Amino acid sequence: MKKRQFALTALCISLIGFALPAAAQKKYDPGASDTEIKIGQTMPYSGPASAYGVIGKVQAAYFKQLNETGGINGRKINFITLDDGYSPPKTVEMIRRLVEQDEVLLTLGTLGTPSNTAIHRYMNTKKVPHMFLATGASKWNDPKNNPWTIGFNPNYHSEGMLYAQHILATKPNAKIAVLMQNDDYGKDYFNGFKEGLGAKAASMIVSQATYEVTDPTIDSQIVTLKGSGADTFFNITTPKFAAQAIRKVSDVGWKPTHYLNQVSASVGSVLKPAGLDVSVGLISMNYIKEGADSRWDNDPTMKDFKALIKKYAPEVSADDGNATYGYAVAQMMVQVLKQAGDNLTRENVMKQAASIKDFQVPMALPGVLASTSPTDFALFQTMQLVKFDGKTWVEFGKPVAVK
Amino acid sequence: MLGLIAACVLPFFISNYHVFQASMVLSYAIALVGMNILIGYSGQISLGHGAFLAIGAYTSAILMDKMNIPYWMTIPIAAFICLVVGFLFGLPALRLEGHYLALATFALAVALPQLLKFKHLEFLTGGVQGIVIMKPDPPWETLFGLKLNSDRWLYFFTLAVTVVMFVIGWNLIRGRVGRALIAIRDQPIAAASMGIDTPLYKSLAFGVSAMFTGVAGALSAILVAFVAPDSFTVFLSITLLVGMVIGGVTSLPGALYGALFIQFIPNIADQISKAAPWAIYGTMLILFMYTMPTGIAGALRLLGEKFRPTRS
Amino acid sequence: METFIHQVVAGIATGGVYASLALALVMIYQSTHHINFAQGEIAMFATYMAWTLINAGVSYWLAFVCTILLSFSLGVLIQRIIIRPVENAPVLNIVVVFIGLLVILNSIAGWVFTYTIKAFPSPFPKEQPFGLFFISSHELGSIGVTMVLLLLLYSFFKFTPLGLAMRAAAQNPDSSRLVGIRVGWMLALGWGLAAAIGSVAGMMIAPVVFLEPNMMSGILLYAFAAALVGGIDSPGGAVLGGFIVGILENILGAYVIGTELKLSVALVLIIVVLTIKPAGLFGKVIVSRV
Repeated sequence: MKKRQFALTALCISLIGFALPAAAQKKYDPGASDTEIKIGQTMPYSGPASAYGVIGKVQAAYFKQLNETGGINGRKINFITLDDGYSPPKTVEMIRRLVEQDEVLLTLGTLGTPSNTAIHRYMNTKKVPHMFLATGASKWNDPKNNPWTIGFNPNYHSEGMLYAQHILATKPNAKIAVLMQNDDYGKDYFNGFKEGLGAKAASMIVSQATYEVTDPTIDSQIVTLKGSGADTFFNITTPKFAAQAIRKVSDVGWKPTHYLNQVSASVGSVLKPAGLDVSVGLISMNYIKEGADSRWDNDPTMKDFKALIKKYAPEVSADDGNATYGYAVAQMMVQVLKQAGDNLTRENVMKQAASIKDFQVPMALPGVLASTSPTDFALFQTMQLVKFDGKTWVEFGKPVAVK
Repeated sequence: MLGLIAACVLPFFISNYHVFQASMVLSYAIALVGMNILIGYSGQISLGHGAFLAIGAYTSAILMDKMNIPYWMTIPIAAFICLVVGFLFGLPALRLEGHYLALATFALAVALPQLLKFKHLEFLTGGVQGIVIMKPDPPWETLFGLKLNSDRWLYFFTLAVTVVMFVIGWNLIRGRVGRALIAIRDQPIAAASMGIDTPLYKSLAFGVSAMFTGVAGALSAILVAFVAPDSFTVFLSITLLVGMVIGGVTSLPGALYGALFIQFIPNIADQISKAAPWAIYGTMLILFMYTMPTGIAGALRLLGEKFRPTRS
Repeated sequence: METFIHQVVAGIATGGVYASLALALVMIYQSTHHINFAQGEIAMFATYMAWTLINAGVSYWLAFVCTILLSFSLGVLIQRIIIRPVENAPVLNIVVVFIGLLVILNSIAGWVFTYTIKAFPSPFPKEQPFGLFFISSHELGSIGVTMVLLLLLYSFFKFTPLGLAMRAAAQNPDSSRLVGIRVGWMLALGWGLAAAIGSVAGMMIAPVVFLEPNMMSGILLYAFAAALVGGIDSPGGAVLGGFIVGILENILGAYVIGTELKLSVALVLIIVVLTIKPAGLFGKVIVSRV
């Protein structure tokens, strides 16, 4: 009897002895430990959207380099990025693997509106942070119903409204033509645009054409739009088609006020192939530094970025807007993880993501600050209009607050 | 028989994620049986069966989402709708031969995503956003003392449907219809002169194969819990064709092997080479065609014959 | 009215793109009686080869000629090494091999050259031809090039002994062997020529749609439709088919059904044409007697 009592007491004391320090210092959820943090991602490395694969490549390089300089708070980042070919069923399969088999702490920068829609409910049911989605759809900013999902891109809806408001202010009698990709992304922009125009939308938009990603060219659509007599053009296209559109608009001798959506505003991957000379006058919105912009040649972050891709991802071009974007997202992730410190539970990671206070992401334009709150997950609260001068995008006007 | 028992106990030994993958394999297998009936036994070609996966999936999704019909009831409805659509498509299309039929079916595969996105149909299809479905819960907490969760339950459901469909397929092929189809495939003129109504049977074959594929689509919609036009690209149709040929064109077990191939080989290829995984996949396709021209089922059959004792 | 003409002309321009790839498909069909789904990817790969040469400083026309020769060799090699083992296999097996080839070429191109779009130079001047504003010099030039190719192909098959030998090898390999035709090499030659034609198509298309690994996938379907509408064994038919498809697509999209459904409707119309004329507009109807 006595022996057992003694053993039990000793056990209890030793347990308390071990438990106390553990409870006070480190807390981990699956995917986090003393030595590593596992981050999962799905990205279209193949298929119709494979041009965006550069984002994942740059992020992988970023984390690799970070690991070599010690990681975050002494922990290495184990970045597992899988190809989903832009197919939602494949995204579901890969995300389930990442969450259930690889047991990642969170997912970062999953790309594509349909792909993310497919896993939206799953991530929130499983309570896994679904972070910094690589899509600008407005539905990701919904902390009340989906508290585990937080977007990154300034949302498309608001950007559409931005351009609409600019037109109303500068050219209230404009006749507008719109070219849009026939999917979620195109629709989101267009809806925001119409909402921004308000009651005048029906009278101002004189022509609207769509295209599919599988279409070889959009020449016919441009001809139709020009034929409508419009003097303003809102161009909602992804990079390849944006380049085609810019070129064709010039070829047919049409000179509208040309608004280009931010997704395709990269000098290197869109304007250069289209022709810098015919891109003069394009209006867009910017929030990330552009690799081809000579203003940032001596900027420390830009220099780091260029050195990074030279060493770890030489096939990536510094002019590619996707590359600088991926870098910015990685920087934001690192900031959130740093803030989380040793409390690496999923709940705390989301808490940190929901309390970003005026953070200047080094790769973002100076003055474009990231802020979130538990009721508003939209990272970037202001947008800056820019115009292309033949060499680079030049800011004009003041940053506009957007909802 | 042994395989069936193994299939029944499988979900309790593997993780939920793998159970999900196994269910997907079963649904692909049903689709491939449909392809078998059309291409193998009936000698037609289709580059567009992805369209029937889409029709089946969307039928299921719309019924569950908009009309609150329970998931298990959507399967027979999807089957019926695809049977009719397939038959109606087959009637005019099967006047075409060879390449022209291939183009017609290809056109179907290309046209369907556009139709699904069409704004005037958006109230039904959800347009480009797609439809998110609630994943069904298991009706019982445990089965014979073993814990059932959503994935396991859906696996058993899928398994049951697969067995039913395979039995239907088996009976069709062994029976009168199957013999008529084989006759039409091998000697169409002789078959016609024997009194077989060739156009009717060909359209019927198309309808039946569409039905199988539609059931597979409905199942996949329930498993993935989401449908969107982007899920049903032309590449999906081509993948079905590849799966069928690799598995074995005129073989029911071949459907299973083919399904395993199209589900797992891309993942394996991704592990072998992160840089160009589809190059590995393509190479494997070509190697399989060199070494196993009658498909995996054919190769296994040949192996089996080698080891069977010869009768004297 | 002006927009209508513009649409038609734009349709002819895009139609020229489809026509040039359709010619490659016809070439491969006439010499092997197979439709090669990988033709677009071979053309794309060849265009990347040209791009590499031009980027290395080689002049455009020299690169053009080198690319044609390189693609020819690539085509021959592919036939001899990859296709030959399955030459006598069932059609479906061959189709799977084509698909494998397609996927391999696409993947390697993406790996080596990345998926970011690249500009490809055009040999034609930038100014509008003769002051016409609705067609560019390049588009006019590429239609011209397609016509030249068509002429060469047509004369080759109709008037040269080699062309005749190739057609014979495809139609009746056994009898051809009996008269001394090296069937194996005829098939390889067919592949080589098809690859060469494809490379020209690629170099004409890339300046318009921008060079990237998925450049040809959208065009392949239209080229396939064009070749079938015109008659898969008729080069002239394929070119005409290309123009028809291009114009049809544009007119339907602009005036009839809107851009959202134009692809579907265009394809439906093509199928209707085929139900009326099953061998295509200019194809030969083959009657099989029992």
